[in-house]
Amino acid sequence: MDLSSITPALLLASLMVAATPILLAGIGELVVERAGVLNLGVEGMMITGAIFGFAATIETGSPLVGFAAAAAGGALLSLLFALLTQIALANQVASGLALTLFGLGLSSLLGQDYVGLKPTPTPSFNIPLLSDIPFLGHVLFSHDLMVYFGLGLVAAVWALLKYSRAGLILRAVGENHDAAHALGYKVVRIRILAIMFGGACAGLGGSYISLIRVPQWTEGMTSGAGWIALALVVFASWKPGRVLLGAWLFGGVTVLQLNLQAAGLAIPVEYLSMSPYLITILVLVIMSADKSRAPASLGRIFHASG
Amino acid sequence: MFRLEKRPQPSRVFAYLTPVLAVIATMFAGGLLFAALGKNPVEAIRTIFWDPLFGEFAFYYRPQLLVKGGPLILIAIGLSLGFRAGIWNIGAEGQYIVGAICGAAVALAFYPLDAWYIFPLMILAGALGGMLWAMIPALLKVKFGTNEILVSLMLVYVAENLLASMALGLLKNPEGHGFPGSRNLKEYPSAYNEPILVLDRIPEPDTCSGISGLFECARSGSYNVVADFSSGMHWGVLTAFIAVIFAYVLLNRHMLGFSIRLTGEAPRAARFSGVSPTRIILFCLGISGMMAGLAGMFEVSGPSGQVSIDFNVGYGFTAIIVAFLGRLHPIGILLAGLLMALTYIGGEIAQGNLGLPSAAIQLFQGMLLFFLLAVDMLTNYRIRLVKREAA
Repeated sequence: MDLSSITPALLLASLMVAATPILLAGIGELVVERAGVLNLGVEGMMITGAIFGFAATIETGSPLVGFAAAAAGGALLSLLFALLTQIALANQVASGLALTLFGLGLSSLLGQDYVGLKPTPTPSFNIPLLSDIPFLGHVLFSHDLMVYFGLGLVAAVWALLKYSRAGLILRAVGENHDAAHALGYKVVRIRILAIMFGGACAGLGGSYISLIRVPQWTEGMTSGAGWIALALVVFASWKPGRVLLGAWLFGGVTVLQLNLQAAGLAIPVEYLSMSPYLITILVLVIMSADKSRAPASLGRIFHASG
Repeated sequence: MFRLEKRPQPSRVFAYLTPVLAVIATMFAGGLLFAALGKNPVEAIRTIFWDPLFGEFAFYYRPQLLVKGGPLILIAIGLSLGFRAGIWNIGAEGQYIVGAICGAAVALAFYPLDAWYIFPLMILAGALGGMLWAMIPALLKVKFGTNEILVSLMLVYVAENLLASMALGLLKNPEGHGFPGSRNLKEYPSAYNEPILVLDRIPEPDTCSGISGLFECARSGSYNVVADFSSGMHWGVLTAFIAVIFAYVLLNRHMLGFSIRLTGEAPRAARFSGVSPTRIILFCLGISGMMAGLAGMFEVSGPSGQVSIDFNVGYGFTAIIVAFLGRLHPIGILLAGLLMALTYIGGEIAQGNLGLPSAAIQLFQGMLLFFLLAVDMLTNYRIRLVKREAA
């Protein structure tokens, strides 16, 4: 075993990368849940985004197009969920599971011809001056654009929810849809938009895995990241800032266990691979003591009768 | 402009009709999908739904219906109890794996002892293993209010890693020349979950082994070789049938079943009438874990035969579709399980004959759940055409 091969700067830098997919998917799901909708299909939307982004990048040679396609793919799939739960008033838990099963099938069907290919690499973007700072420059300021985009998105969602009128309406819909409806807000329309935003974010997160993190296509490659993103929202008590913290925590655990695997720690690989999931459970247990912060209408069906 | 109007009572007609509607809709959408893949849609649908039952090789496929349907029904029955009470165990895949590991571990511990009590012990171990695995989310939910959906699902990934470590380490066949995977339980009579109700067993010549060899023999006219495939009935299938009856009696004739239904339909009323949510949670998760564990144990000791890395094939997730397709009703689940088994088998045939990718079948099954949830609206709501009123 050689623990000296693990350097802190490299570890922290790869933590930022490992955290990005669940950060993107998590912040999207947070918005969905703040609107009062529980979409358990994050895993399905992520994997769909992963293959949409991968295929588009291979076909066009441009990762940017790939990310756009991934967001579109995720949003499109989430639209199915929106139709089911908002128009057909189906059970949200069941619909979310359906979305995940459907997304896994769809992605492996679309992905058959893309196994073993390499996507165009996404250039990393060194922020001038800042990236020259020793240690911090490497950790914080020499990543690809998506890492910064994820951070920006968290800030934007935070500000939007806290300070804007649109954010207030979104939260009202999530806390009490009947009251929001009585005030004249279009509950269904607002929720559909929130669901699609969540889908786009999950799609982006998925494509980050297939285009940058891995980067190649294998069936079921998100391997539970979507579910971890869902756990992240609970962990964060539905607060954007804490999503960032949680993503770093999970990213950190993932990176650390991978590094320990590489260093040849005396624990079998399988047990190390379990650790992110076990940590997720542990964190869920710790956080679930506090139930008060969940949006009050979360998961409830809204039907304007009258 | 149309409007949904809530029915005072769920429609009984649509309760029966919606699963049928969903299947028909899925056939149409699936046909479109297969056409998009460049296959003849009519032929593909016929291959999936007709050939396994009435085609040339139906004698082989019909028993397979039970082999594939058994675990699906068994798991789905367990899940449906929880789903009825609003308790979402979606980690059946993990409980299935753990049940298989525990069952196989008992068998391998006794190997090569020949004794009658080994198989019953394996059943016990499988049931306990699955139940304990499901007790983790149950206890966490009861004790800390942790979301059982996320915990049970996380445990699937943990179980998959555990399975890999078992297949590569603790349970690896010492005489397996270093290949991953345990001893084959089919070659260990005391632990083999052998077919019961064998119609007429005739030794199978070597030339006819395997599916392709079997077809060769069938073509050349020596049909008798198929006898070894028997009725497809094994102890797991029998257990699934017992579970159906058990669930039916429980839900319709027993106080606990009533409490489960009440908890799901009117949680507040249930609480006021003295139903303990803790008991319901522990019971529902425990029993669904037990059934999933049993399914895994019967699979590992029978059709699959060994603990290997790719032992689990997603029955635990497909069973969720089965449970909903059967409208969470025991009899419905029985039928839905057989139908889903049909799509598995038909899908395999279509893969071989038409070159339909296996993922297409997975997608097809996912679609079925979508359509089901969509048309389910008709049970609880009425669609009314209304003139748009002036705002």
